[in-house]
Amino acid sequence: MRPDEPAVEEAERLLRICAACMYCDGVCAVFPAIDGRHDFSLSDIQHLANLCHNCRGCYYVCQYAPPHPFAVNLPRTLAELRLASYAEHARPRAIGSFFAAPLRVGAVVACVAALTVAVALFAIPPEQLFAPPEARRFSQVPAWGAVTAVASAAFVWALVGLLLAGLAFWRTIRPRAPLATLMRSAPPALSDAVTLRNLGGGGPGCHTRDERYSRLRRRFHHVLVAGFVVSVGSHTLPMFGIDWEALRFAGIAGWTTMLAGIAGLLHFERRADREPEFSGEHRLNLVFLSLLSAVAVSSLAELVLRDTAAGGLAAVLRTGIVTGYFLMLPAGKMVHWVHRSLSLLRAAVDRRRPSAGAPTPE
Amino acid sequence: MTLDVLVIGGGSAGLSAAIAARRRGASVRLVEQAPRDFRGGNTRHSRNFRLIHAVPTPYMPDSYSEEEFLAELARVTEGDSDAELARLVVRGTAGAAQWFAQNGVPLQRTGDGVLPYSRRTTFFLGGGRAAVNALYVTAQKLGIGIAYESEAVSLRLAPGGLCEADVVSGGRRERIAAKAVVACAGGHQSDREALREAFGPAGDGIMVRGTPYATGRMLRRLVEAGARPVGDPARCHMVAVDARGPWEDGGIVTRITGIPYGIVVDREARRFHDEGADTKRTHYSRWGPRVAAQAGQVAWLILDAAGLARAAPTALPPVAAPDIPSLGLKLGLDPEKLAGTVAAFNAAVREGRTEGLEPPKSSGAAPIAVPPFAGYPMRPGITFTQSGVAVDTRMRVLDEDGRPMEGVFAAGMIMAANVLGRGYLAGLAVSLCAVTGRIAGEEAARHAAR
Repeated sequence: MRPDEPAVEEAERLLRICAACMYCDGVCAVFPAIDGRHDFSLSDIQHLANLCHNCRGCYYVCQYAPPHPFAVNLPRTLAELRLASYAEHARPRAIGSFFAAPLRVGAVVACVAALTVAVALFAIPPEQLFAPPEARRFSQVPAWGAVTAVASAAFVWALVGLLLAGLAFWRTIRPRAPLATLMRSAPPALSDAVTLRNLGGGGPGCHTRDERYSRLRRRFHHVLVAGFVVSVGSHTLPMFGIDWEALRFAGIAGWTTMLAGIAGLLHFERRADREPEFSGEHRLNLVFLSLLSAVAVSSLAELVLRDTAAGGLAAVLRTGIVTGYFLMLPAGKMVHWVHRSLSLLRAAVDRRRPSAGAPTPE
Repeated sequence: MTLDVLVIGGGSAGLSAAIAARRRGASVRLVEQAPRDFRGGNTRHSRNFRLIHAVPTPYMPDSYSEEEFLAELARVTEGDSDAELARLVVRGTAGAAQWFAQNGVPLQRTGDGVLPYSRRTTFFLGGGRAAVNALYVTAQKLGIGIAYESEAVSLRLAPGGLCEADVVSGGRRERIAAKAVVACAGGHQSDREALREAFGPAGDGIMVRGTPYATGRMLRRLVEAGARPVGDPARCHMVAVDARGPWEDGGIVTRITGIPYGIVVDREARRFHDEGADTKRTHYSRWGPRVAAQAGQVAWLILDAAGLARAAPTALPPVAAPDIPSLGLKLGLDPEKLAGTVAAFNAAVREGRTEGLEPPKSSGAAPIAVPPFAGYPMRPGITFTQSGVAVDTRMRVLDEDGRPMEGVFAAGMIMAANVLGRGYLAGLAVSLCAVTGRIAGEEAARHAAR
């Protein structure tokens, strides 16, 4: 990101107007973050773009939104910069180009899944592939052993990718503050991240179609995350030797819950007002939600069909989809929680500093 | 079926009137002159409203009494205020927060955001446009017929007690008859002709801070129909605004508040008034008329880097230069004269004030010495006018003999001069609009139900 880029200059232009107005100071964390500021560095702009949670409140209440001559469309400008920041901080750097073309991510995942199924069909004898659970011995097939090793490696790659992207982004937005301040700021930042406070609009909620408020987008996101946590837990606990039958039900419940959350968010994404959004982020979100659906559906299918003859194939397909998903994880929307959490941390640190403050309005 | 209540104007007064009338069971139509994107009059540029309360609320700390509010009102109006109506409005503010909240308007809790302490006012969460949006959503839910880009161009009292208004919308003219009409069309600050009439040629140099739809047409129609005028067409609220902003609708962000941190010069690069004279935060409202009095209705605020850092952020960045003569050139001022003014000012500064300088800077004086230097071209910006129609305590418009005009009510800035003949208190306008709007709506519904 460079200071002379049109999107950056536009962000500066808008943030000046917002800092002079500040009527939105109770709507979300972005406005307290610009309180009293006369100018904005690239670090500030990267930070603010990620602090924004895309609630769109500031667009509908803005007296300067288009068609006013000031033409303040803050959500769209911040969304464009946010997407650019994902691409800029993606690690390894080469995968940054996927953010401008998210459909390619979907294509890669599909290829990996297809390849995995192909390997299984080729290497695993049918009497094993379609055998009942107790007779399945995929692990004894060397080619399948390689596939599962790749799957594990992809998982590690995903975590490392997110970690490196996070470190890079923190380097960009890091506030000058002692470690003690950082640690004291972590709990409120964590709370804001987990509760999605910035989708609350200061109380009444956020927006999808128009100026009316709704709390549903925030709630569906919570449902998605809850389902995700339960599902992941139900799959990782067996790795530690805990293999209760109950975990299977937990997994089914988790993936189903996740699908409910995804369905809600997809609904809002498709119906959303296009004006305060950036088309690139909209496409990124659609691809991400679709991929998550594929992971959830294939995982659910595997759990449900486990005891049937189709169970083996379901497990193979699931492995392929999950492998592709992890491989592409650092190249998609998933990085948003890393970026946004770090911005929430910086915002919490900044709030501890005395601000310039507004004149008493009396 | 004849319409019960026609509301003219869709700001906070009109919306309050329409909602109040509808809640009383009346059939209501509201006509708003602006397009949907600019609906809401000056309410969309507002932020907070003033109200009395005896105990802390989630939206305000401490308390603010009726007596204190009335005393402050008496002070700023210098007595130019009808005592009975003033008390009615002030008392009515006690229910203002609940009125807004019940009608869907989100309010900001104390401690949320970065608001400073305010025990006298409650803030709309997201500002005035959030309130306007919410009130329109409520109005629509209640079944009030709303028309945008619809201007009421005439009003007459037909024999038989009905009111008839001609409403022009998209080139078509519709005659709407109603049992009662509530006029909430605001003042006349955006009518260039009226500004010329009030201020002479200087009227052309005044920017309109708010809605371009407060033309005063309905105010004139009412007076032509016999309503008794109150206030003074030349009296208004005026502040110093950034001359580079939009000529209309610039709102809060073009206001210049940094005058205490620098010096102000006219076209000849000469200072003309004590920049430290008004230490209260409302100094900028004193500077509106001062800038209007200058040649060309322009003036320039000159700051150094230290002064700029102390001033609040502005929507448009200042004109900047590494030295005073260069700044003068950029601003269109004689560079040598400007340099002379700054040098004379700097030489006269002694511990926060100037000595031996005319005009002095009586407080907050610091040398303008640290580069880069900043300049803001300023113009007067008019917020609202202080003339309107006389009403009684039921918001019935009164004629020259003091008799109520049958079925004709007024609320909001079109009658604010009854209570606020001169001066201003922060947050008073929206409160007045909500309280008088609600009373007018209820009375109009009552009248229609007879």
